[in-house]
Amino acid sequence: MKEGPILQIQEITKTFGGIIALNRVSFEVGEGEILGIIGPNGSGKTTTVNCITGFVKPSSGRILFRGKNITGKPPHKIADMGLTRTFQIMRPYFSLPAYKNLVIPLFSPRARRTGGWRGGGRRGDRNTVGIDILEEIGFERDSYVPFKVTSTLPTGYLKRLELARCLALKPELIICDEVFSGLSMSEIASMVPLIERLQMSGITLIMIEHRLRELFKVADRVLVLNFGEKLVEGSAAEVMADPRVREAYFGSEKVEEVMRHA
Amino acid sequence: MTTGTHQRRKERIDRGIKVRTEGIYALMSWRELVYLIMPRFVIIVGLLVAPLMIPDMYWQRVISIVCIYALLALSFDFLAHQVGLVSLGGAFFVGVGGYLSAVLNSVFGFAALLSIAVATLIGGIVCTLLLLPCLPLRGVYFAIVTLMYPLFMARAIEALDILGGTDGIMGIDSLPSAWMEQYFIIGMLLLFLFGMRRLVNTDLGLVLRAVKDNDQAVRASGMNITSYKALAVFIASAIGCFAGASLVHIYMWAGISTFALDFSVLPIAATVIGGSGTLVGPVIGCLILVPVSELLRDFGTLRIVFYSLILLAFVVFRSEGLMVYGQRKYHQIERWKKI
Ligand SMILES: Nc1ncnc2c1ncn2[C@@H]1O[C@H](COP(=O)(O)OP(=O)(O)OP(=O)(O)O)[C@@H](O)[C@H]1O
Ligand SMILES: [Mg+2]
Repeated sequence: MKEGPILQIQEITKTFGGIIALNRVSFEVGEGEILGIIGPNGSGKTTTVNCITGFVKPSSGRILFRGKNITGKPPHKIADMGLTRTFQIMRPYFSLPAYKNLVIPLFSPRARRTGGWRGGGRRGDRNTVGIDILEEIGFERDSYVPFKVTSTLPTGYLKRLELARCLALKPELIICDEVFSGLSMSEIASMVPLIERLQMSGITLIMIEHRLRELFKVADRVLVLNFGEKLVEGSAAEVMADPRVREAYFGSEKVEEVMRHA
Repeated sequence: MTTGTHQRRKERIDRGIKVRTEGIYALMSWRELVYLIMPRFVIIVGLLVAPLMIPDMYWQRVISIVCIYALLALSFDFLAHQVGLVSLGGAFFVGVGGYLSAVLNSVFGFAALLSIAVATLIGGIVCTLLLLPCLPLRGVYFAIVTLMYPLFMARAIEALDILGGTDGIMGIDSLPSAWMEQYFIIGMLLLFLFGMRRLVNTDLGLVLRAVKDNDQAVRASGMNITSYKALAVFIASAIGCFAGASLVHIYMWAGISTFALDFSVLPIAATVIGGSGTLVGPVIGCLILVPVSELLRDFGTLRIVFYSLILLAFVVFRSEGLMVYGQRKYHQIERWKKI
C-alpha cells in the first residue's frame, strides 16, 4: 500500500511556556497506511495532532501535506485540504439531533466542492446525506438513533459521530485522537471493521490510542512518543520488543500480556 | 385523607401530540390550522391594526418608535443568541445608518426611501468592516469593545464639529405621507422578523448556531468562523442601520443623540423581558417597554426607578421571558392531578 508520503512532519517542537510538549519530532505517513501513535499520558500526542491540524502553531519545524507546507495555516484551511481530525474531548453539537451534526460539515466549501463524502454520487439535501453517512458508520437507521438528540447518545455513538464529521468532508487523511477509549470491548470490535473499511476506501489514518491490543490489529506501523520525543517507530512487534519502550511506557508484565495477544 | 391536603402534581401534555393521539382532529383540520396560525396571525394583525385603533398622533408616533426599537432588539437577539456575539453596539448601528441616510438625503438629494435603502446597505458594510478586528473577541470583551464605538463616534462628531456638530443635520425629508411612514416601518419590521426566523432555520442558520456553541468543531469542518461571524454582523448591523435611517426620517433630524446608549441598552432589556433567543420575544418586549417608558415620562426622574423596578420584577419572576412562558402555556395543556 505504500506510495510517497502524504504527510511529512519535520523536526517539530512545541513549547508551552517552560514545558516542552514536543521536542524535534519527525515522522512520515505513507499514502493509504494506518499509523498508530502511542505514548504515556502527557507525552505530546494530542499536541502533535493540534500542530498538524493548525489548532496550535508549532514553535519550530515544518509540516508538509502532499508536499505543500501547511505549517501555521489556520485549521479551516487545513481541513479544507482534506486533512481532518477527531477531538479527544468529543465536540459534537449536543443540542441537535445526531444527523443535524453532519449538516454543518456538509455546508463547508470542501463538502460542496467535492459533493460531500463520496462525492457527486449522492443527491438530496444535506439532511438525507447526513443520515446516509450515519448509517454507513453504524447508526441503524430503523432504530431512530440518527434522530435522537446528541446529548442523549452513549459514548460509542459519539465517537462514531466524531468520525462521521470528518467523513462528511470527503477527507484524504483522518487523525483519530483516541476514538477507542471509553468504549467497551464489543464496541471496539465493531469499530475495527469500520476503520478497515475506511482504509480500503483510500483514506489514510493516524490513530492515537491507549488501547494497544486493538490498535495493533489495524495499524500498519506504530510510533512511540515519550516526554515529547520520538522513542521508536516500526511494526507493532518491533516496537513492543524494544526495551526502551518497555521501560518508558509499561510495567514489564503488561508488555508480556499485550504481546501474547498481539 | 379527607382532612389533610391532597397530594397534587402538575401534569403537562404537549398540545400538538394530544391533538394527534386523540385522533379527533385530522391533520390540517381547521382547528389545527387555527392552532398553528394563531400566534403569527395575532402578531401580524395586531401590529397592522394598532395605528387604526389609536387615533392619537402622539401614540402613533410611539408605535413607530416601538418598531425602531423592535428592529434593534431583533438584531441584538440574533447576534447574541444565534451567533454568540453579545453586542452593545446597537447605538452605533443607529448612528451610522442615521447619519448616512441624513447625508445622502440632504447633501446628495436622494429621495427618503432611496436614502434609507442605500444607508441600510452601505451602513451594514461600514459597520461590519469597523467591527472586523473585534470578531475574535469573546463574550464580555466583544460587548465592551462594541460599547466604545458609539461613545467614540458621538465624541468625535462633537469635538471635530463635523456632520453638523452638536446641532446635527437638519431639514431631512420625511417619508411622503404619515400613513406611509407608519406602515412602511411596521411592514419592514414584520419582513425582517419573519425573514430572520426563516434564516435561523436554514442550514446557514444552523452553522451560525454551531459557531456559537462549538466553534472548534466548525473550524475542524473546514469553515472560517470569522467570515460567518462577519456575515452575521452584516445582517445585524444592516437591520440596525435601517432602524437608524428610518428614525432620522421620522424626526427629520440627525444628531449626536442617534448614538445615545438607549439604543444599545433598551433592546437588551426588551430581550430579557421577551425571552432571549426567540426573536419574537424581543419584539414583544419592546411593545411593552417603549410605551411604558412613554407613560412614565410624567414622573420625571422617578421614571428610571419605576423602569428598574419593572425590569427587576421580570427578571425575578419571569426570568425565562414572556415568549418562552407563553409558548409553554400555548403548546402544553397543564392541569393539576390528584395522586
Ligand atoms: N494548551 C496548553 N498549555 C500548556 N500546556 C499544555 C497545553 N496543551 C498541552 N500541554 C502540555 O503538553 C504536554 C503534552 O500534552 P498532550 O495533551 O499532547 O498529551 P497526550 O499525549 O495527548 O496525553 P493524553 O494521553 O493524556 O491525551 C502535557 O504536559 C500538557 O500538560
Ligand atoms: Mg491526548
